[in-house]
Amino acid sequence: MKERYAADRDTLWKNEVRHVAEGIRRRVLEHTIANNGGYVSQACSAAEILATLYVKIMKLGKAESPLMPKAFPGVPGPANPGYFTGADFNGPKSPELDRFFLSPAQYALVLYAALIEVDRMHPEGLREFNRDGSVVEMIGAEHSPGMEVMTGSLGQGISQAAGIAMARKLRGDTGRVFIFMSDGEFQSGQTWEAIQAMAFHKLDNIWIYVDVNGCQCDGRMEGVMNIEPFDKRLEAFGMRTFRIDGHNIEALAALGSLKPEGRPTVILADTNPCEGIGILKSREPKYHYLRFTGEEEKESYKAFLQTMYSGNMI
Amino acid sequence: MEIVSRVHARNLVEWAKDKPEVLVLSADLTSSTEIDLFRDTYPDRFFSMGIAEQNMLSFAGGLAREGYYPFIHTFAVFIYRRAYDQISMSISYPNLPVRMFGFLPGITTPGGATHQAIEDIAVMRALPNMTILECGDATEVETVLDAAHSVNGPVYIRMLRGEIPRLFDRSEPMQLGRSRTLSIGSDITVVSSGICTEEAMRAVQVLEKQGVSVQHMHVSTLKPFDDPEIIEAIARSKHGVITMENHTVIGGLGSIIAEKIAEEGLGCKLRRMGLKDTYAHGASKGYLMREYGIDAMALISEVEHAVGQRFGITEADLAATYIAPVHSMAKPEAL
Repeated sequence: MKERYAADRDTLWKNEVRHVAEGIRRRVLEHTIANNGGYVSQACSAAEILATLYVKIMKLGKAESPLMPKAFPGVPGPANPGYFTGADFNGPKSPELDRFFLSPAQYALVLYAALIEVDRMHPEGLREFNRDGSVVEMIGAEHSPGMEVMTGSLGQGISQAAGIAMARKLRGDTGRVFIFMSDGEFQSGQTWEAIQAMAFHKLDNIWIYVDVNGCQCDGRMEGVMNIEPFDKRLEAFGMRTFRIDGHNIEALAALGSLKPEGRPTVILADTNPCEGIGILKSREPKYHYLRFTGEEEKESYKAFLQTMYSGNMI
Repeated sequence: MEIVSRVHARNLVEWAKDKPEVLVLSADLTSSTEIDLFRDTYPDRFFSMGIAEQNMLSFAGGLAREGYYPFIHTFAVFIYRRAYDQISMSISYPNLPVRMFGFLPGITTPGGATHQAIEDIAVMRALPNMTILECGDATEVETVLDAAHSVNGPVYIRMLRGEIPRLFDRSEPMQLGRSRTLSIGSDITVVSSGICTEEAMRAVQVLEKQGVSVQHMHVSTLKPFDDPEIIEAIARSKHGVITMENHTVIGGLGSIIAEKIAEEGLGCKLRRMGLKDTYAHGASKGYLMREYGIDAMALISEVEHAVGQRFGITEADLAATYIAPVHSMAKPEAL
């Protein structure tokens, strides 16, 4: 009997993760069609990573009900006591709970979709995307749903999260710090400064999931600035490094439950920038932002979206 | 004049003893920024971050978000030049209480252009939420900690190290937003900051013997800058105002006073002493102050131009000038 229940539970979370991942892709594509543009390939590559993090790996504060994003509170400063960040969407903070940081802020649309799929953000909230006076910004800022630090200047997210991880260690918190990163950020010097610092200070409460989709604004990374051998570089810098298929939810989840052992953990998740939305392949190698070339292309994506609704959704 | 040595080293240890939330971050300049004693006294609150300032500044932002007070210590140039984006987005935007101690302001180092912070006030002043303080003597090095700690937001400090004169009485700490009135007069107003104040005090004593009535004010809070006493002094001044700073004349104290004169509609003559839109080079402090015209003789010459008189003052007259720690004229009750 016990084995039966365990097997059922195992099926249950996997179904949920797949359902959330599919929902992320569908929602981002739907939004992109409605707005004639969007970050679709990031949804394709990161859907399983974010879904597994939110559903299976991270221990976050419970969301009582999906939150509706509030209006932009103004910038932080001594004259703005009513200021807030988007951390509420990840639930109340507590010493034993984990924290989540989205480093590549251009993934904001994908994060918003993920928050909706896991019932942390109200679906209507996505209508606020990129609207004047809204916190649901195109490039997420710290007031945007699910975010709490400024990460839009790439390379700064990891350092800030490392500072927070250090503070949590000093306080004796048992919760971990999860950082979602993109591979392009590893071209930046600050990222490696942060990596060497977190290894030196033995911040083993940090888990970094990297969406290794091999793409950046200008095209394929190997043609813009090479970072390989990626895993060997990180290993040499003192990270506990793993390289897996980023669409394999069992592998993503298994590494999330490892015990800390003195080193920060990095999971390089190799992903496909067209995963689940195959027609995007025609954009090779420019995947960064999808803007339709005309009605014909838009119609083809609309037709594809229909198959996502009628297809093998769980 | 009393000269005090390694003031910050001992003072920080004493000041931080009952403040467990104060953490010190170093970028491989631990002895050079006088935090070696802190490191040895409170090893659990000292973090070596290596020669990696961009990470250090963003990392400090993370610590501050969790309720700690990171005290960044390195040479000023490696704070504001190397990590400006990080300061702006990881610290200043979220208005976090990170204290940045920038050593070697202006030409206080023979390290040359790479080590001389000559435009730090100009660039840091442009950051919203940023407070900027500058120390002019040992008393200010001691008391800048309380002044900075009272600020709910980031603070950048032009810090002094090594042998430092004590110009201001120990009973008169640096006060946020308040200048010090060092002499009262109506012919001309001299507004000085940092290491220029000692030079100005020397010059003012000699000038007063020549019958020039000088209003001398010392500024330690460069941002926010809203001390009404300075505006009033400038408004009273017969021959306008001279600013004197260890910084380029663009964007620092001279520019701040220019903005105030314009905003207040004072319409008076302003003479800005400082680096005249130039980099400097590696040489001794005394040599560079003379070369770039920010020493006592340069101020005398500037005053002569302003009042249209020659006094024939020599280096020997200045050398004979003794400076005792002074009380601020603005608070005669403290005398």
